[in-house]
Amino acid sequence: MKAALALEDGTVVEGCGFGAEGLAQGELVFNTSMTGYVEALTDPSYAGQILMMTYPLIGNYGVCSEDYESDRIQTKGFVIKHLCRHPSNWRSQKNLDKFLKEFNIPGIEGVDTRMLTLKARIHGTMKATLAVFKSKDMPNKEELIENTKKQPHISEINLVDKVCVKKPKFVGTQSKHHVVIIDCGVKNSIIRQLTVRGVDLHVVPYDFPANKVMEYDPDAVFISNGPGDPARVTQTIQTIRSLVGEVPVAGICLGLQLTSLAMGAKTFKLKFGHRGTNQPVKDFDTGRVFISTQNHGFAVDDNSLKETGLEITQRNLNDGTVEGIQHKDLPLFAVQYHPEAGPGPHDTYFFFDRFMQMLE
Amino acid sequence: MPKREDIKKVLLIGSGPIIIGQAAEFDYSGSQACKALREEGYTVVLVNSNPATIMTDPEIADRTYIEPLTPEILERIIDIERPDTLLPTLGGQTGLNLATILAENGVLDKYKVELIGAKLEAIKKAEDRELFRNSMTRIGLEVPKSRIIKKVEEASDVANELGYPLVIRPSFTLGGTGGGIAHNIKELGKIVKQGLDMSLIKQVLIEEGLIGWKEYELEVMRDLADNVVIVCPVENMDPMGIHTGDSITVAPAQTLTDLEYQKLRDASIKIMREIGVETGGSNIQFAVNPRNGRIMAIEMNPRVSRSSALASKATGFPIAKIAAKLAIGYTLDEIPNDITKETPACFEPTIDYVVVKIPRFAFDKFPTGDNTLTTQMKSVGEVMAIGRTFEESLQKAIRSLEIGRAGLGSDSKDLDPSIKEIIHKLRANDHERIFYIRYAIKKGIMISKIAKLTNIDPWFIDKIKNIVHMEEEVKRYKLDTIPDHLLKEAKTLGFSDTQLAFLLKSREDEIRQKRKSKIISPVYKMVDTCAGEFEAKTPYYYSTYEEKNDGPPTEKKKIIILGSGPNRIGQGIEFDYCCVHSVLSLKDENYETVMVNSNPETVSTDYDTSDRLYFEPITYEDVLNIVENERPEGIVVQFGGQTPLNISKKLSHDVPILGTKPDAIDKAENRERFAKLLNDLGIPQPENGIAYNIEEAISVARKLGYPVLVRPSYVLGGRAMEIIYDDDTLKKYIAEAIEVSPKNPILIDKFIEDALEVEVDALCDGEDVVIGGIMEHIEEAGVHSGDSACALPPISLDSRVIDKVKNYTRKIALALGVVGLTNIQYAIKDNIVYVLEANPRASRTVPFVSKASGLPLAKIAAKLIVGRKLRELNIKEKLESKHIAVKEAVFPFTKLPGVDPILAPEMKSTGEVMGIDYNFGIAYYKAELAAGMRLPTTGTAFLSVKDRDKAKSVDVAKGLTELGFSILATKGTAEYLRNFGIETKTLLKTTEGRPNIVDFIINKEVDLIINTPRGKGPRKDGYEIRRAAIEHNVPYITTIPAALAAVKAGKALRKGTITMKPIQEYHAER
Repeated sequence: MKAALALEDGTVVEGCGFGAEGLAQGELVFNTSMTGYVEALTDPSYAGQILMMTYPLIGNYGVCSEDYESDRIQTKGFVIKHLCRHPSNWRSQKNLDKFLKEFNIPGIEGVDTRMLTLKARIHGTMKATLAVFKSKDMPNKEELIENTKKQPHISEINLVDKVCVKKPKFVGTQSKHHVVIIDCGVKNSIIRQLTVRGVDLHVVPYDFPANKVMEYDPDAVFISNGPGDPARVTQTIQTIRSLVGEVPVAGICLGLQLTSLAMGAKTFKLKFGHRGTNQPVKDFDTGRVFISTQNHGFAVDDNSLKETGLEITQRNLNDGTVEGIQHKDLPLFAVQYHPEAGPGPHDTYFFFDRFMQMLE
Repeated sequence: MPKREDIKKVLLIGSGPIIIGQAAEFDYSGSQACKALREEGYTVVLVNSNPATIMTDPEIADRTYIEPLTPEILERIIDIERPDTLLPTLGGQTGLNLATILAENGVLDKYKVELIGAKLEAIKKAEDRELFRNSMTRIGLEVPKSRIIKKVEEASDVANELGYPLVIRPSFTLGGTGGGIAHNIKELGKIVKQGLDMSLIKQVLIEEGLIGWKEYELEVMRDLADNVVIVCPVENMDPMGIHTGDSITVAPAQTLTDLEYQKLRDASIKIMREIGVETGGSNIQFAVNPRNGRIMAIEMNPRVSRSSALASKATGFPIAKIAAKLAIGYTLDEIPNDITKETPACFEPTIDYVVVKIPRFAFDKFPTGDNTLTTQMKSVGEVMAIGRTFEESLQKAIRSLEIGRAGLGSDSKDLDPSIKEIIHKLRANDHERIFYIRYAIKKGIMISKIAKLTNIDPWFIDKIKNIVHMEEEVKRYKLDTIPDHLLKEAKTLGFSDTQLAFLLKSREDEIRQKRKSKIISPVYKMVDTCAGEFEAKTPYYYSTYEEKNDGPPTEKKKIIILGSGPNRIGQGIEFDYCCVHSVLSLKDENYETVMVNSNPETVSTDYDTSDRLYFEPITYEDVLNIVENERPEGIVVQFGGQTPLNISKKLSHDVPILGTKPDAIDKAENRERFAKLLNDLGIPQPENGIAYNIEEAISVARKLGYPVLVRPSYVLGGRAMEIIYDDDTLKKYIAEAIEVSPKNPILIDKFIEDALEVEVDALCDGEDVVIGGIMEHIEEAGVHSGDSACALPPISLDSRVIDKVKNYTRKIALALGVVGLTNIQYAIKDNIVYVLEANPRASRTVPFVSKASGLPLAKIAAKLIVGRKLRELNIKEKLESKHIAVKEAVFPFTKLPGVDPILAPEMKSTGEVMGIDYNFGIAYYKAELAAGMRLPTTGTAFLSVKDRDKAKSVDVAKGLTELGFSILATKGTAEYLRNFGIETKTLLKTTEGRPNIVDFIINKEVDLIINTPRGKGPRKDGYEIRRAAIEHNVPYITTIPAALAAVKAGKALRKGTITMKPIQEYHAER
């Protein structure tokens, strides 16, 4: 199979296709982690995006379902330099090609991913179309580019709706603590980090109203990660606004952005986002720096936090963007990075310990 | 945290001479550290015995002591300098061990010197096998089952308990020295004994052999605020049981899932905290069971290591520099990332390419040595290659090795081994097994079978299979029929034009033409620490076959400098030193400098040495590609040893060669042309001839008269050079030498016996000549100049001879048309000065001469190359000095069991040291001490010399007697000495019964051994004496001149005192 990837700036690169035949559209985003492609592909925060790995050799250790962050591949397409068809690892259940076919996701290999990464860095994240086809069916390049330009911007799409639970779900074993997670696309690792700490969870849809959340009488409410532009997720923002002050609230990634929006702050789209497992975060409380996993294309505007009662607890050392917030008076805190890892360093697991302290 | 203001002066200990397991990487790390500390305003005192290093350049540290690395000498330096801190983690195992001794024997307390970076307790917890094991258990990490013993007798009980195979690891040694793998009780006893002898604290650990487990290494950085980052995970292709220094390694780790990698990462951080390494880099090794993911901690180096240098070069993260800054109080978030300039060093590098390191071995030099790989490191150097596929990096690395291969096979050098042979080589951990994996695949052996035989992960073997498939695919075509996409695919798998030419039955230049006509050319990608996420400001490149070039050239005037490739015997750090100096000097002349090299251990491949760095193989194809990308004014080939010279003639058609022209190089290296040149100048050379076959050789040799010196043409380090005394040996030699260099004839010289050898380094600008230094060799002509000790200025030459040497040097340099450096070797007998050879390039002795004289020869040479003149630069000869410097060679004999430690025309040393003082005897003593031989000044000396040396041995024996030595000798020598009235006791040879000399050595009843070998080959008797001396660490001398020098040293020590002065002061004296 052949494949082509078109970008909105008119770039078209050709390569070999793998995974499913077909067409995929979305933002092309790059992830700089050298491991963790299974976790990334199944991370709901990547919904609506075409994922590209900067590390050139992908698929080396195959695919193991224990590493899934949700029940399926969430990205719309996958772009890599070189596909490993004969993986080697004792946990591997299948190769990457089969994995993508299983979820009907197209992939392209044999392209200059560094060139594409630099394009994204210089021009900012671009809309893209990935086409995987039989050799003779090469689509018309001009049409590909046109279609790419025509697709909606990520802020115009309701992605959260596509990845969250459809109705409330209980996870737990009648433990001491009880928390409601507002699911905007929660990763399995977050659920795992909470349950191992003895927390029972009610996972509810993103648009679950505040009064119904309170009916569960939770010890705290947790706002999950998720895809897309936070400003679109108005129902959740509303919900959070009502909950703050009533019950302790914490959040991760999109959860931080939604919480900030709920408190009156603003968010903006980063030029090309933070996606990787090597992002340094400085914690002002301890003065320490932690290496974190990140996956976000939007961030909270510093200045807009002024009047919201929120203060910045952590920042990214690379670009100074907001990584952690807490409320001056109320039990409310959130982080922009992914303390649950999956993939990435476990250095920030202590976030969950802080969350537990809040429950006590 | 800001830097510490309570300290002013930092002491750094270097790693000494290049030996197996401790090479140029510590020059790289030490130089970085010196620069980093001085940048912060601290005074840096450096001690290192190795003159061939950049770090011992007078401008790198404030006060530089080129002195032996012993606790006594260091105490004296501490007494003089009174540093407030000692940074022990950047000078390799040598530096760390010395710091440990100084801490334990109270010297540091006495002079109030604080250890920074790692405290004594942390060093001990990491290095002491028992403490390490206990620490691991405490933090819940598994370690291999093991027992620690201090006596040989205890070993068999351990074997009964743990079962074979067993790995023996001595405490506090380097490169697994003295260790090994035992499969039976006999091997166990032997290795344990040797391990106990070599361990600093007489302790070895015997552990279960984790056969089939995979090996990983993580480079960890920590600061005083307890921030920890992992610089890079490295996967060893070769499994547990093969020393990591001898393994092919790959960065990043390839076959670990994120979950498994994070477990190693978590464990590394825990280990760092538990051991308590406060700041800086450490290297942690793990074994991982590929069947179930079980992890064991193997060991930790609480210091910057060989792997750190590799990780630095692989990622662009300057571990040593940052380690130094952390040691003086900075935290990681306060240090900027030099590559991006805008982001901090507190992050984890991520890379978007694959790095392969391959060790370079020297078994060709030591045919009698055991060439299988074990836990004791045997390689002498390494190369690194970067590419976008594993196959590409692997093939680039193989052609960087300079072992005559153009990649993994398909280069006309392939053998056709039988399946039996292949299986044997794979199973026996043969050092060439990467090639045998290819043979195995070609013979249809299954990947799973190969994996089982080698314990190499099938992932790697599958990649090699891709290479084999590609070669078979390409082979189906001819030059004019091969499809473009296939040609490009072959390039993305790292195939060189030479390989493609072989497969397509074409020529390298035709492949190149075809490629270029199809626009299949490499692009250059940047090493940027961040996989493109941030803009990189430091131009550090590698080639690959993709779309976009990150490295368009600048508009500036620029010069390409070719490096010297992997360290090997005959071409070591000295050449990298010269390359670095030429870069610095050309920058001074306002050129943009472009460095090309493949050796990750070097200063030349530091990203801030040159303006632009290409980490590439130094082959015609790869260099020409860079030339086409950069379009330089010219290319410099005279500093990187033989490596650039080998391709200079071919390159001269494409790009100007700056300095001495390739024809001048040919004139010096082509025996017939050189003989004619000398003849025209009226300069004598030993009579000589050339032979193209056995019959010719014999007739030439007979005509010249034996003994003769024979060698293949165009060689380095005296490869296959021998002194031959008769027809039979000559016949045998030719049978072997023709194989060494099939295209070249054999050169035969009359060998002048008992001649004094003198060596000169000189600068020439085409009009004037300035002699940099005249070195008098201690050993007679016939011992390779690289293996010979030498004195500068000369100690026994009379002025007429010196004048003759100077005169000849000027004439030859001008006649050859040297522009830059040249090295000429002379033999002197009966006041006749014969020219042995002239090398119109920087030589091995350039750094030594520069350190001894203060004249930076390579820097000046670089200026001459771009057209400056000696007169204009006002360069004056400085041939006399109050001080005398002695260079001594350092050998790998302790690491290579079975090798006879004799000196011959073929070079065997891996490194060098320098002794400097005001008296030859003391300078010689220091040089020997620095080389690891503490010459006794009294005691018992044993003499056994060949007949030709008997007369001269009288002076030696007399001198020793005067020093108060009692003399032992074998029968012949003893009788001879008694005739001259020297009281001598007779001792049995090993063949004469017991107790014999070897018993005396083992029982430590001899303090000094003087044994001159008879003829070629390890004659049993002398060989056993010499090996026993090495294994029991008894000083031994194998030539009469060296013995005489030792006597002088003893006498000088009796009278005088040892001077302790930094070279900056020596240089200021005139």
